This record gives sequence, structure tokens and C-alpha cells, in this order.
Amino acid sequence: MSDVPYTTVIGLEVHVQLATQSKLFCRCSTQFGAEPNTQTCPVCIGMPGSLPVMNRRAFELSLKTAVALNCNIPEFTKWDRKQYYYPDLPKGYQISQFDLPMSADGYLEISDPKDKFEPKRIGIIRAHLEEDAGKSVHDEAHGKADSEIDLNRTGTPLLEIVSQPDMRSSAEARAFLDELKLLLTYIAVSDCNMQEGSLRVDANVNLHLEKDGKKIATPIVEIKNMNSFRAVERALEYEAPRQYREWQETGRQLGEAPKQTRGWDDVAGVTRGQRSKEESSDYRYFPDPDLAPVITSAAEVEAVRESLGELPDDLRTRLTEGYNLSPYDADVLVNQGRAVIDYYLAVAGESGDPKLACNWVTQQVLRELKEREQAIDAFGISATKLAGLITAVNDGLLPSTRAPEAFQLMLAQGCDITAALAELKIERVDESALVELVKELLAANPKTVADIQGGKLQAAASLIGQAKKKNPNVDPNRVRELAIELATAGN
Amino acid sequence: MSIVDRPASELRKSLASGELTSVELTQACLDRIVAHDQSIGAFLRVDGERALEQAKSVDKRRAAGEKLGPLAGIPVAVKDVLCDSQAITTCASRMLAEFRPPYDSTVVARLKQADAVLLGRTNMDEFAMGGSTENSAFQPTRNPWDTTRTPGGSSGGSAAAVAARFAPLAIGTDTGGSIRQPAGLCGIVGMKPTYGRVSRYGLVAFASSLDQVGPFATTTEDAALLLEAVAGHDPRDSTSINRPTPAYTESINKPLAGLKLGIVPEHFGAGLDPEVSTAVKSAIEVYKSLGAEVKEVALPHGKYGVAAYYVIAPSEASSNLARYDGVHYGFRADQSSALADLAAERQAFVAAGNAAAADNVDSPLVRMYRSTREAGFGPEVKRRIMLGAYALSAGYYDAYYLKALKVRRLIRRDFDEAFKQVDLIVGPVTAGPAFKLGEMVDDPLAMYLVDLYTVSANLAGIPAISLPCGMTKAGLPIGLQLQGPPLEEDRLLRGARMFEAATDWHTKQPTLAGAK
Repeated sequence: MSDVPYTTVIGLEVHVQLATQSKLFCRCSTQFGAEPNTQTCPVCIGMPGSLPVMNRRAFELSLKTAVALNCNIPEFTKWDRKQYYYPDLPKGYQISQFDLPMSADGYLEISDPKDKFEPKRIGIIRAHLEEDAGKSVHDEAHGKADSEIDLNRTGTPLLEIVSQPDMRSSAEARAFLDELKLLLTYIAVSDCNMQEGSLRVDANVNLHLEKDGKKIATPIVEIKNMNSFRAVERALEYEAPRQYREWQETGRQLGEAPKQTRGWDDVAGVTRGQRSKEESSDYRYFPDPDLAPVITSAAEVEAVRESLGELPDDLRTRLTEGYNLSPYDADVLVNQGRAVIDYYLAVAGESGDPKLACNWVTQQVLRELKEREQAIDAFGISATKLAGLITAVNDGLLPSTRAPEAFQLMLAQGCDITAALAELKIERVDESALVELVKELLAANPKTVADIQGGKLQAAASLIGQAKKKNPNVDPNRVRELAIELATAGN
Repeated sequence: MSIVDRPASELRKSLASGELTSVELTQACLDRIVAHDQSIGAFLRVDGERALEQAKSVDKRRAAGEKLGPLAGIPVAVKDVLCDSQAITTCASRMLAEFRPPYDSTVVARLKQADAVLLGRTNMDEFAMGGSTENSAFQPTRNPWDTTRTPGGSSGGSAAAVAARFAPLAIGTDTGGSIRQPAGLCGIVGMKPTYGRVSRYGLVAFASSLDQVGPFATTTEDAALLLEAVAGHDPRDSTSINRPTPAYTESINKPLAGLKLGIVPEHFGAGLDPEVSTAVKSAIEVYKSLGAEVKEVALPHGKYGVAAYYVIAPSEASSNLARYDGVHYGFRADQSSALADLAAERQAFVAAGNAAAADNVDSPLVRMYRSTREAGFGPEVKRRIMLGAYALSAGYYDAYYLKALKVRRLIRRDFDEAFKQVDLIVGPVTAGPAFKLGEMVDDPLAMYLVDLYTVSANLAGIPAISLPCGMTKAGLPIGLQLQGPPLEEDRLLRGARMFEAATDWHTKQPTLAGAK
């Protein structure tokens, strides 16, 4: 069979754990890592007679997210029960939102600073709130087949964000996830910690092929169990050609086979089919009679909108347009998160030199943070001190060649630039003294003078080393400039 | 007249004056239970020791001059569906035969706060599903007026306990008539408050949008007393209404001037027992003689009430009862042979060359769910779970569940319209007097029609009360139902009290076999 061109079509379902202190329908803690079953109460484990009461904070955080994702917020939203049997689902149903989710029809803009794809808008079908289930732990060691259940997670508030199948490559999917995570951390609705299960991704994938002028879609596959963005990318890269091969073998199209669920094996680097029954599950959704519907007024939505602050995309625009940074630099800064941006904005503002501030932050500061595995809040040089360093350079107090030395000293000692200059004995070289010095050197190096006069301007560089020997504080650039200027002055 | 024959309001006065102690009263109740409950079966468990301890403590505190709650020292029987951290709560089901809740339901907590003496746990239809208390997994309850007959249900144990004067007060729950119908059949007062008036926290759910806790008593004044103690907003129940509870006991004896009563012609149609019809009509005459104006009102969608109810209630029940799966608590069927059975079944399919069937044999987990629910639930519960699962399933949801919700809204609208014209609606509680035990066991549909006059109040969420209004020639009580607009319990109680004050039906008591 000859090759048929195809497009990969990807939609993502992202479960985000909201940054609340307590669970969605009770006051149990959502703290990660506690002893099994220590963060439970009659409500979250569904004891007979217990009743849920909505956590307002969880709803507010969802509202914030939905507004940031440009969603429509309906005035009326309700809770539904999604029913299925599973040992870690203690009530036999999950409280979720079915036909009237708290938000719908939004979008998220993605772009690639490396220009692998054109900037595009990924549609958000809906974002709805639901409670998490518990965790089953299967202990099969020593020939036992014990299954234990930890209900600490049960009732943890999750926001499920469902995208349109608008992505066409693993790079786009990755960009969507990166941008989404960035947005969620900017507005502080989730810590997005994947290791702790605060952010989980399922991907729906199929192919659109064009054969003999007819458009063909292959059956949709849902890939689960991906525990990093890198895994999502790899799984998608694996899955597309696999589906293509399967289509070549079976010729099966969308609608001719049920939706298949596959798991991602990160070690083997493959997706594997999971056992699925032929019939689709019937969750028997119906409105939860224990919970009142939630009414959200336009004024509340407006208040949330105003409280959002600057979102990553707005910041990129501000940095490129207001601070004259390149899109690449702006992206690097914004991707570091709100704390780094705030640091940068302070350095840029106080030094009055946004470009130099960007260089310092994106290069030295980020490198140090990475090496030290530190967050910006714990960084040894405050924004004010870094701005002081930049100002010293611009004022000619600190030769740029010695600036890294000053930076390291400030970092090591926590001192400011004035103290660093004193410690390093960096002093401003008076312009007239420098002129005298260069004149002296020119007099002592007639060959160099001749070379410069003969047009070999690079010969001036040989004087820099000698000048620095005489006075370590000289600005090498200025030495070179003066040498050329004075050597050619008489001509 | 024995102590136990006196209403709670009188007992309160005697306790307060020191003429009677709570220990004496509690002991009198316990004695009567010991003497007669074998033939009635009202209680699943009586905790005499604990009750006497509570009584002793109240007496002591009273003697010390402490301020006591409104039910101080009064014994109350509680339907075995409300969680009590100090008592096993079974819902009359094998599923919860040994279930000890780690918390108090709000109603039980309020009874404790009111210094009531918790006498014991009364029998009921399993998970409150039924109209005769025959669906209890443990025992049937018999009607104190005639032990060959049912006390009604599902709160039959609580109704029988009060009718037999085992306790002056009892708590029941009403999902489709489960307080009012047994009150009517047992000749006592029973009330279903407005949905949301009493907290459902800790009430083991049957149908969450219909369930409501309410009082049983021998007089309307006592019903008011008990309701006042347990009603009120509860932040742990999202459906609880955030409105203050009026002091019903203070207004109960103020007759309603210019009372306008509504009657619904359909309530007096075919199917209504002539003796019941006569009693209810003479009750209406009593109201007329008291100056009430009586006019006809229409509740055109009432005829669909039972149908809508038997879609909505089982739907919610199928969901609420999913948690009884043998995993976390309660009953789990013995699994010792399950793995071997499964392996054998698989092998049999393989040997027969049917590999696909072998693959479809349940997992051990599914088998555990199945065998647990099969052995843990009785037939009526299973029937309703099946009905509900069907009504909610994809493809049938719109035709059944959604349609039933629309009917429900129309029923509520009918009431809203009716209450623009009248203050209360008056009519029968049940179509006939108490029926024989076993009479309808094999005819679930006939049993469902027992709720004909009561379900609409649950669907609409309005309050309603049942009170004695007559006796059949055979000596069985006949009940009168009054229904009122939402949150108008005060009006309902005062309206009921007007009738009670003018008649003596509420003073009639059954003669218990072997009575001393």
C-alpha cells in the first residue's frame, strides 16, 4: 500500500488539583503525603447519612481558571452524580458536573518562540469541577494478593479542562500543556505538581487521512497514565504512526470500532491496549439531590476577571512592546513564572535599563538558580542590588569586564554593589588620567601606533592588557577607543 | 391511668414539678415494652441501661437546679435510620446489621441536646422502602390495634411504639408518606415537615430529594414539641433551609380565625373505603362547625404523583445504595470459595470451547460486589434499585426520570395555585384502614398505591400532618390529612389542633393483648 499523508488530531483532558486547604465537599485536609486514611471523614468516604457541602474556595478557584481560559460562565450550574463501581470510589458515584458545567467554550493561545508551528488558538470545550477518587494500592509481594485502599485523596477538588481536538502535533500538545500550566501557576489556582498528582493528562488521538480524494478518520484512542509532559509528547509521537500502521492493516474507520483506551509505558516507550468491554459504560448521570445548584452572577465573574492580574500572554506583549525585549527573551522570562517576572520587572525598573536587566536575569541569575536548585525568592542578590550593579556599569563605575566578578562577590557575601566595588578595589578611572595612560602607552609602542595609522585598528587591542596591568579598573573598550582616537588624531 | 398513657406535654409538667422522675417514667416505658413488644415488634433494639442512665443524669441535673433542654427526661424512640454514635444503626437491613456510625445525625444530636432519653431503635421497612414494615430484614411490626394487621410503613415501628404507649414520642422519616400513613393506621399524630426544615445529616438516605424527618406523638401539641426540638438550619446539610424555627408549642392552641380549607374532589373518588370517606367527611363538618370555610380546589396533576414518585425515589435510591458494596464497611458476603468458583467457571467455558465466555466471567471483585448485594439486600430494596437503575440509564432517562421531574414541578405548581385560595388542604391519609400482614406482599404495585394521598406532599416539598379522625366498626383508626404551604408548619399544627380540641379521637388507645 502506498503512503497516504495523514494529520494527527489531538485533544487533551487535563485534571488539575485546585490549591485549596480542604476537600471539595468536606473540611478534610488535601495535604499530600499523609499516612493512608488519616485525612478522611464520614463525608468524603461516603458513610451512610453523610452529606456533602460545597467548598466555596474551590468554586472560586475554578471560576478564576475558567475566566483566564476565556470561558463562558453560565449563571446556573449544578452537580451531578457519575455512577460506577470501583473500590476506591466509596459512594459508588463521583460528584461531578455533566450537562451544565460551570464553564464552557473558552480558548488558550499557544505559540512557539522557535517557530516550529504557527501561533494558534486551542479551543476549550469545558472546564468542570469534580471530586477525586481514592487510591488502590495492590501489594502482590510474598505471594499475597492484598489490595489496600487509601482514601486521603477522595474528595480532593479537581478541575477537568477538556480541549477541542485542535492540536496537530506533539509539539503543539506540549506547548498547550506548558502554556496551561504556566497560566494556572500565574493565577495561583494550582501548584501543578505532576509528581503529587496535582496535574494529570489524558490524550485523545486519531488520524485524518486523505485517500482518493476522500477524507478518512481513524477510531479515537484515549491514552492514559502519562506522568510528565515529556511522556505526553513521546506517547503522541509513538501513537500516530502506530495508528497509521493499524489503519493500513485493518482499514478501520471512526465509528467502526469502539473508543480504545491505551496506557503509556514510559520505560518501554510504547502505548499498550487496556482491556475494554465492547459496550460503552453507562454512568447514569443525574442531578445530585444533596447539593443545591450554584448561581454565579455577572458581577461575580467581573470581580474575578478584575482580580486575575496580568496573564502570561499579556506579560509577553508588555515585555516586547513596553520593554523592547525580543519575543524570545520575553518568552524565556515569562516561562519562569510570576516570581521571576516580578524580580525582572523590579530590576528593569530600578536600573532603568530593561535590556541589560534581561541579559542579567536570563543569563547569570537563571544559571545560578539552576545550579543551586533555588527559587528566586531565596536568591542571594535582591532585585534592588542587581539593579545597583547594572547602574554601576552604565555609570562607568564598574567596567563590564569586571561585572561578573562583582556579581559573584555580591552573591557570596550578600553585599551591595558599593561594598563589592570597595572589596574588589574597583575605582572609577578619571577620563583625563586614562588619556594620560593611553598617551604613555602609545609613546612606548611606536609599532602599534604605526599599525593603527596604517589602518590595522585591531592592533589597538594589544594595549588593553598593558593598560590593565597599570590600572585594573580601566574600561577595555574605552582604552581601545582612545588608542585609536589618539593614534590617528594627528593624521 | 398509667404514667405511660399521658402525653409528653403533661409528663414535662410532672417532671418539672418533681411529681415524677425521669427514671420512673423511663422505667415505666421499659416495663411496658417488656410486657408487650413481643407481640408488636416495634423495637429492633431497646437500650434500657443507657436510657436509665440518661434519665438518672437528667434527674440529677434537675435536682441540682440546672437548666435543662425542652425534652428533659422524656423518652423518645428513634427510627433505626438515623445515625447515633452510641448505637448500631441498621436501617433494618442485613447490609448494616452491625453498623456502628462514628457520628451522630443532627436529629439525634439535637435530641441529646434537648435532654431527651433515647429509649431504643424502632423497626422499619428496609432502608425505609415499603408501606407495611414487613420489609424489615429482622422482624415485622404489628399494629397495636390488631396484631394481625400492619402498622403501615416505613416508620411502622415508631408509629406502633407511640400507639402502644411504649414511648410518648418517636422520630420517623417520610419519603412518600412513611410518617403520615402509619400514624393514620395507628391512630396517632404524625407530621412530615417542609423539605429542608429538619436536617438530613446522618439520616441514611433512601431518596434524598424526598426524605424528611418528622415527629410521632399522641397529640398535636406533643408533635409540635418534638418538631421544635429537632428542626432548624444545619450547615452540614446543603438542602437545609436557613430560616428560624418558630415556637410551635406557643402558638399551637391559638385557633386559626377565618380558616379556609380546600378539598380535592378526586380524593373522594373510587377506591376510598366508605368508612374512611365518612370519617373524613364528618371531620370536615367539624371544621365547618368551627367556622371554617370549605371550598373545592383542583390538584390536576395529583393523579400522576404515584407514578412520578416511583420513578424519582427508586432512581435516587439506586444511587444512594451503591455505597453498600462490601468494600468499606457493613456486610460482605463470604468470599472463601469465590476464587475457586470463578476458576471452575472459566475452565468449564474453556473446556466447552467458549474462550470468549471464559474471558467474560466476573473478576473476583465484581463477584464480591454481586454476592454481597445479593445477600445483603431484601427483595423490595433490590426491586427499587433495579427500577432506578433502569430509569436513569442512557436512552430511558428522558422518558422516565426527566419526565417524572417535570410532573413533580407541575404538582408543586398545583399546590402553589391551590394555596392562593385556601389555607390548608384537608382529606384522607390512606384509602383504607390498616391492612392484614402479608396481604400485599406479593403485589408490589398494590402496595405502591398505598401512597396515593401522601406522595404529592413529598414531591412538592410541602408540610403535611396526619391525625386521628375516626374508627372503623372493626375498631381500626382512621386518619385525617392536612397539607399546608411550604414552611407553614405553624399553621398546619394549629389547624390540626383545632380539630383535636373539638373531638376525642386522639384519646383512643388500643387494648394490648395481655395488658395489665
